[in-house]
Amino acid sequence: MALDLDITLRFSDFDLAVNHQFASGGITAIFGRSGAGKSTVLRIIAGLEFRAKGRVALDGKLWQDDRICLKPEDRDVGMMFQDARLFAHLTVAQNLAYASRRAKGLTGPNQDTVAQDFDLGPLLGRYPQGLSGGERQRVALARTLLSRPRVLLLDEPLAALDDARKASILPYLEQLRRNTDLPILYVSHSITEVARVASHIVVMQAGRVVRSGRLEDVLSDPTAVPVLGVREAGAVIMARIIAHHSDGLTELAVSCGTLFLPRIEADLGGEVRVRIPAQDVILSLHRPIGISALNILPVVVGSIFQGDGPAVAIGLHSGDDRLLARVTRRSSDALGLTQGMACFAVVKSVAVAQGDVGLMQ
Amino acid sequence: MTFPDLSPLWLTLQLATVTTLVLLVIATPLSWWLSQTKSRAKPVVEAVTALPLVLPPTVLGFYLLILLSPQSAFGAFWVDVTGGTLTFSFAGLVIASATYSLPFMTQPLQSAFEGLGAAPFELAATLRAGPVDRFFTIAVPLAGRGFLTAIVLSFAHTVGEFGVVLMVGGNIPGQTKVISIAIYEHVETINYADAHILSVIMLIFAFSVLLVVYSMNRRFPVRMG
Repeated sequence: MALDLDITLRFSDFDLAVNHQFASGGITAIFGRSGAGKSTVLRIIAGLEFRAKGRVALDGKLWQDDRICLKPEDRDVGMMFQDARLFAHLTVAQNLAYASRRAKGLTGPNQDTVAQDFDLGPLLGRYPQGLSGGERQRVALARTLLSRPRVLLLDEPLAALDDARKASILPYLEQLRRNTDLPILYVSHSITEVARVASHIVVMQAGRVVRSGRLEDVLSDPTAVPVLGVREAGAVIMARIIAHHSDGLTELAVSCGTLFLPRIEADLGGEVRVRIPAQDVILSLHRPIGISALNILPVVVGSIFQGDGPAVAIGLHSGDDRLLARVTRRSSDALGLTQGMACFAVVKSVAVAQGDVGLMQ
Repeated sequence: MTFPDLSPLWLTLQLATVTTLVLLVIATPLSWWLSQTKSRAKPVVEAVTALPLVLPPTVLGFYLLILLSPQSAFGAFWVDVTGGTLTFSFAGLVIASATYSLPFMTQPLQSAFEGLGAAPFELAATLRAGPVDRFFTIAVPLAGRGFLTAIVLSFAHTVGEFGVVLMVGGNIPGQTKVISIAIYEHVETINYADAHILSVIMLIFAFSVLLVVYSMNRRFPVRMG
């Protein structure tokens, strides 16, 4: 299944123009600063922006072009908003039933299964105003699924939540990613969320798609640093848990060495995703000794990208993994870094934040 | 002490009930349209529906009298269809009261609908609910307090009207002699005792209705999502 998009929408301060084919299976993150037009893209797909022009099609079934424009209720979309938008006059169970009653005859999950998957049992009889923010988002996600859509549009589903509540919802999103082959579009301005749940990324700036591709490819691409933002840039790599040590660290195997992280609550052998912010990688020509950093990986310099300003972004190969470092141009010149050169990447252990660890099963 | 004739009271309650029901049917779609439309005609329609708030009841009554009289096209049509005239009849009173109380139904409803915003309707649309479905399953229940306010205000305003009824309906016992007119008549004929009794009944009735409404508001607070 694929979602085809070729749309324009004129705003007072910019024109939105997006021509993109969204892959199915996995989560495609639409990433960008606020005001980039990310949410508007979802609203256009859902049919909620009446002024939008262009073409929207799912699997060749036309939802919108020059002649036709299906209403939101006639498109097979499920949309979840930043504010859960639960119906205040209905209980949780009735909110769920609102969706499933209108999706009869379509294939998809049923209410009991979804309520169980999302641990909604104790909430079913309650009204939305009695729920916490995290519980509301859980109900909203469940309700969206019960509408049995053929594409899921998640508009900043975690943005209104604090870190603890975010952490309580993320496992459900990851479960969703594993259990469904629906195309899922996930709008977010948080790179840590994106790095944790997405398989593909579409980067938007001022109404345009400026970069798109597989998450690992884009996040490890030095030329993508300017569009992602210098703080956001950083590669995502896969790691396998090989030991939990008594000093509170977890040891992970990556393709060319090991990493030590603050303890990760996952079983030995489990695969996890770690994000290594580019600005927290230090490069050294020789293996450093007498240094407090625990994580040192042998790497080979890939491409070097000089953007505006004093810094350069350097793509690194570490076995099968790709890392990204951001250092000053002065350092890069002093070390004489060139493509193909072997050196060492020092990853500050603290830089690999717990929030950047995603559980992949 | 003799008890005054209570038929004006029953007639008033009947008139207020029928008027409120008629207004619910007419004003609900009108208020919904006003709350959703981006049409340039909106301020014009709003001004027209608010006219009864500003016009002296005698002006409204005068025009209604002309409209309802058998000499007008509408009045003549009514005579053709029903055999009776609209002026000085219960049906005429209903039309006059509905016109007079229209803003008391439309304004609370319109602001209740507007207060809901677009969000719940967009969400319902993505859950495959069409426009009629959305109206009955989302707009009506979420605007519950607006409906309560609108119903109470329209009912109470109809019970309390005097000028328009006098102009259009006159003072026919059992047909158009509502309580405000009966009280007026008692006062005119210096029958203060009966005027007192009817007035006290109205006072108690009005207070009781409002008390019930405000108690219900306390016990069933409107749920905000």
